[in-house]
Amino acid sequence: MSAQTKDLPAAKGDTERRINMIEAINEALDIMLERDPDVIIMGEDVGYFGGVFRCTAGLQEKHGKTRVFDTPISECGIIGVAVGMGAYGLRPVPEIQFADYIYPGLDQLVSEAARLRYRSATEYIAPLTVRSPFGGGIFGGQTHSQSPESMFTHVAGLKTVIPSTPYDAKGLLISCIEDNDPVIFFEPKRIYNGPFTGYYDKPVEPWKKHESSIVPEGYYSIPLGKARKVREGEALTILAYGTMVHVAEAVAREKGIDADILDLRTLVPLDIEAIEASVEKTGRCLIVHEATRTSGFGSELSALVTERCFYHLEAPVERVTGFDTPYPHSLEWAYFPGPVRIGEAIDKLLSE
Amino acid sequence: MADKADPKTTSSGNRPALALHVPEPTSRPGDPVDFSSLDIGEAGAQPRPDESADPGDMKDFAYGLVRVLGEDNKAHGPWDPKLDPDTLRTMLGHMAMVRAFDERMFRGQRQGKTSFYMKCTGEEATSVAASMALASDDMVFPSYRQQGILIVRGYPLIEMINQIYSNKGDKLKGRQLPIMYSSREHSFFSISGNLATQTPQAVGWAMASAIKGDSRIAATWVGEGSTAEGDFHSACTFATVYNAPVILNVINNQWAISSFSGFAGAERTTFAARALGYGMAGLRVDGNDALACYAAQQWAANRARANHGPTLIEYFTYRAEGHSTSDDPTGYRSAQEREEWPLGDPVMRLKNHLIEIGEWDEERQEKMDLEAAEQVKATTKEAEKNGILGHGMHHPFHTMFEDVFEELPWHLKEQAAQARRERKVKWPDSHPMDGAGK
Repeated sequence: MSAQTKDLPAAKGDTERRINMIEAINEALDIMLERDPDVIIMGEDVGYFGGVFRCTAGLQEKHGKTRVFDTPISECGIIGVAVGMGAYGLRPVPEIQFADYIYPGLDQLVSEAARLRYRSATEYIAPLTVRSPFGGGIFGGQTHSQSPESMFTHVAGLKTVIPSTPYDAKGLLISCIEDNDPVIFFEPKRIYNGPFTGYYDKPVEPWKKHESSIVPEGYYSIPLGKARKVREGEALTILAYGTMVHVAEAVAREKGIDADILDLRTLVPLDIEAIEASVEKTGRCLIVHEATRTSGFGSELSALVTERCFYHLEAPVERVTGFDTPYPHSLEWAYFPGPVRIGEAIDKLLSE
Repeated sequence: MADKADPKTTSSGNRPALALHVPEPTSRPGDPVDFSSLDIGEAGAQPRPDESADPGDMKDFAYGLVRVLGEDNKAHGPWDPKLDPDTLRTMLGHMAMVRAFDERMFRGQRQGKTSFYMKCTGEEATSVAASMALASDDMVFPSYRQQGILIVRGYPLIEMINQIYSNKGDKLKGRQLPIMYSSREHSFFSISGNLATQTPQAVGWAMASAIKGDSRIAATWVGEGSTAEGDFHSACTFATVYNAPVILNVINNQWAISSFSGFAGAERTTFAARALGYGMAGLRVDGNDALACYAAQQWAANRARANHGPTLIEYFTYRAEGHSTSDDPTGYRSAQEREEWPLGDPVMRLKNHLIEIGEWDEERQEKMDLEAAEQVKATTKEAEKNGILGHGMHHPFHTMFEDVFEELPWHLKEQAAQARRERKVKWPDSHPMDGAGK
């Protein structure tokens, strides 16, 4: 159990225990280390120190140095070694400290982990779960803020999962670790401690005030490929994931819009049925992501909605995204696809 | 300051003009070759350090050359593995089989039976002799020129040929380029085709084996050219950081397609010397000396198995043929190199050794070569019954979509349906279970 838990009110049973996303991730890892002796965790600073975001706090002490350990600063090595461990029969959960640093490991993910099952005709598999904090809004500049999910959704053989709440983070991460395919698990670091709503000038609410921080202590899993209905509505569909789920929800609430909001949770495989059902109901679709716009995952979503729901659409599909620039440091809040950009897109969609 | 200096306006003061060095091999097509500067040392001259030796005490081994078989065809010195004649004959038989197989498959590609092939002529000892020093369940992560390992481990020839033909007998379902074998049953990892990616994977497998308290070790093979990849350096770092039970075999065959070893750094140092910076044991070995290859691998295997850590072995050898069937080496290197290679031919040297010790003769050699060629020929005919590349697709359409994930997601189901619709248009007479018509 991580140190943060001590700061929270004592749990009065599963239904009332509230934890943040870091603790939820820590619990998922702890549970899987306990349940499956083949699970190992490695990455930069994840061992004794427990990770720069504390997600692996206490795990080395509890499970031992050969189950949870630090690695050299070599993302290529971390992923490459994990592929070999997977071939042996382990179930590695490597951490890449920031998604911005995943690129040296890209070849091992794209050419090796993603294709191993296929190219060996199932003789070898790469059951890795690559955890990596991603996204901006923390004044991380261009090297601690990126959202590179579409680089991975483009790769045949990789699954991409992004949680938006502590409850989902725990259940999805457990599913990812149990999954026999390589999974990229991006953790929206802006919402590790609270559901950021995009109103950067307002105080952030901690998770314990949010009902999705009520997390059962024990094992549970959330199936991959299933979206979560955040809010039922009739006026328009909003497709989002990670931090942007909370931003979109807050904007809709602020504007009094009866939005049907889907948290996609898994980008590949995508819950296309939930998307179709929602868009067919509302006839209007807004896609929100923090990543850069061109060839972002929103492009895929927009194409899918247009191809499959065209005759239900009352207006062209709208995308709200980050700009096609590196993530700027001082201009972070000018860059971030926040309430103004989302509000403008909602107005446009509803006026058509 | 401008990015590009203008020589007319740039003030260099007394500083000399800088000059870029672009490596150039000592000979090109038509040139005479001169290997006199190669210091190959004497067979038997190298001492054999203890298998638990401190890498810091082994520096000379990264620059010398471990050699056992001398000009006199006798085995010399402390590295002589003292193998019994039966084992030596088995080794020679495997090497002869690899050579016969390569000949036949190369010809098969030229006859249009497949798209691609890669021979390992001249390098047979680096896979055959080396892998004979491993236990059969030690895990190997090969590159693309280690067919010798599969021959040693008894992988059926017909499986190799089925894979090369991508035919309906191909266990890899026709998905991989020829020679990118995989056999879990033979502890042989799926060959990637991306270079050096297998090196950190081998280290990871070895780390896993150590985590689990297993007794099996891992070995990987990589060409000298691809030691320039970051993956190789990651592999060396992780191998030493975690003292992983792994052997990193670097096959220095002098050429990476048309780029000589100088483009991987050979003008400045040896590849075995890469080990020193990591604090890893490094050995440099005559790669055309089967006994030296065996002995070095055995040394490293014993070291790894006893938890003394990883070893990097450079096998100094020569790629006698082109890179692949798609390559023509007469366009970039002197044909004389092969003829004058000072370390000779590995098969000839082992044969001559066996003859020298009275355990072999030319007649038996001739008979063995003939039998190997006939066995390959007969197996090829058998494999051809399963089809050859391009004559039908050999594998049902749905196999294209299987195994991308453990379970077929909706988007691949939709794409598979499209492939089936296209089949009706492209090959209207084909059977639903066939990949395509005639």
